[in-house]
Amino acid sequence: MTARPASLGDMDPQSPAICTEGLVKRYGKTTALAGLDLAVPPGMVQGVLGPNGAGKTTLVRLLATLLRPDAGRAQVGGFDVARQPDKVRSLIALTGQFAAVDEDLTGRENLLLIARLLELSRTGARKRADELLERFGLAEVGGRLAKTYSGGMRRRLDLAMGLVGEPRVLFLDEPTTGLDPRSRADVWEMIRDLVATGTTVLLTTQDLDEADRLASRIAVIDRGRLVDSGTPAELKAKVGGQSLDVRPVEPGQLAKVGAIVAEVTGAGAPNERDGVISASLAPGVSGTEALAAVSHRLGQAGIDVTELGLRLASLDEVFLTLTGGER
Amino acid sequence: MSPIRTARHGLTLAWRSMTKLRHSPDQLLDVIMLPVVMVLVFVFLFGNAVAGSTHAYLQYVLPGIAVQALMFASLGIGLGLNTDLRNGIFDRFRSLPIARSAPLIGYILGDVAKFVLSLVLVFALGAIVGFRTHGSVPAILAACALIMVFAFAVSWVMALVGLLAKSPAAVTAFSFVLIMPLTFGSSVFVPTGRLPGWLQAWVKINPVTDVSNAARGLMLSLPPGRAPAVSLLWALGIVTVFAPLATWAYRRQQG
Repeated sequence: MTARPASLGDMDPQSPAICTEGLVKRYGKTTALAGLDLAVPPGMVQGVLGPNGAGKTTLVRLLATLLRPDAGRAQVGGFDVARQPDKVRSLIALTGQFAAVDEDLTGRENLLLIARLLELSRTGARKRADELLERFGLAEVGGRLAKTYSGGMRRRLDLAMGLVGEPRVLFLDEPTTGLDPRSRADVWEMIRDLVATGTTVLLTTQDLDEADRLASRIAVIDRGRLVDSGTPAELKAKVGGQSLDVRPVEPGQLAKVGAIVAEVTGAGAPNERDGVISASLAPGVSGTEALAAVSHRLGQAGIDVTELGLRLASLDEVFLTLTGGER
Repeated sequence: MSPIRTARHGLTLAWRSMTKLRHSPDQLLDVIMLPVVMVLVFVFLFGNAVAGSTHAYLQYVLPGIAVQALMFASLGIGLGLNTDLRNGIFDRFRSLPIARSAPLIGYILGDVAKFVLSLVLVFALGAIVGFRTHGSVPAILAACALIMVFAFAVSWVMALVGLLAKSPAAVTAFSFVLIMPLTFGSSVFVPTGRLPGWLQAWVKINPVTDVSNAARGLMLSLPPGRAPAVSLLWALGIVTVFAPLATWAYRRQQG
């Protein structure tokens, strides 16, 4: 093995893209991060979940070199955020909670500005701006001032500005907060495309559905500490086990369905929410057998259902359990 | 970061300021209206009372109005910095591999364009209503340069205000509190000797007095005395104190 000279944008695929050890940040008497350890492998979406004030934004600001840690270490792409901030900055991009676009410039000029600051040539900058406008569905409005944009367009422009420099690591701090469902789906699609090209994404969110859909790994943080981490499935299995859901065609039959489910799962009184009966399976009960039994009993009782299935506990349940139920 | 790269980043951000002005020329409304109003009000309303004739007063007051106009124009940097801080654009700049000071440089360069516009406007308007300079071309250019250097120095004070203020409204309020006594409590509108004694004490130490006396002297070919040198010293002093303070406030945002 010969040692290669380190070069930017050429990270070791084995070493973590983001790594923190005992990271501490205090604001006066408030401790925002109280010794956080996190390692994110390259080329995936790492979700960071936590209630308000858990330290999510502080973590992102530290990793993006906007803050200095009070103790501990943080590395991005192998570079220390406190000692080699310029190296880190050449690898990363940041998209914040509030779309940071210049409202008094057009969408295209916003992109040109970043491209020129990153020292692309004049023609290179134009090419890159047009490319990104096209890719983010902004080609038609590229010549309009950003202040005339809708919330969704603005967020897409924000994201596009983050991608001008083809970052290896992208920090997305609550990227879909305040967006309508359609725009949210668009942003999700773009994040998936990015990860497919090898970019590492650190996504903070309060939206559990978002974390579930996008993140391959999730870190749950609370009061500045890592509470738990794993794949969404691992977290769900750890906390809630499986649960069984039944939605009868006739809402009038909910009580009967509830009784059948309770008898089969042996898990006490099942929950009823929005016309769905759901019950956690008691430890040791086989999911397949419970499902077959419930199905059989419902058939015997002549109850028709629109939904019947097994699922892992939702991330909501995981979140509430891990963070002590306070949100 | 090499000085050449720093300059390049600063120029790109100055391009941003200029482009914004091109899109929203209404941002220049205050810069344009203030000198117009000042010339009309002071020359035609108070001219006779102060100097006995509007024509004579115009010759006296116009160079000082140019100084005042540029001081108000320097407010732009404070507002711009404050807005960028509040809406997250600053964070974006600071997460880019660019020179730390580039945004500050960008703003100050952008303001220079406003200064030039302001000067052209004041003297064009003055010429229309009857201002006649007696100075040589180099003297006139020197007067303009002196006013710009002083406004550049004031820019650093405004930058500091913009970095520390809680909101753009606070920037405006504080700047007015700063600019009003400096411009009205000076020799801009009334010769120092005609003011009451207690006010003279303030007017004599006010740098705006020196700058407007210097500009007036150069434009009207009067003996300027020590005023130009004193003005330059003031500008140097203000930059020496406020540029590091503004840079400190700027870096402090780093947390």
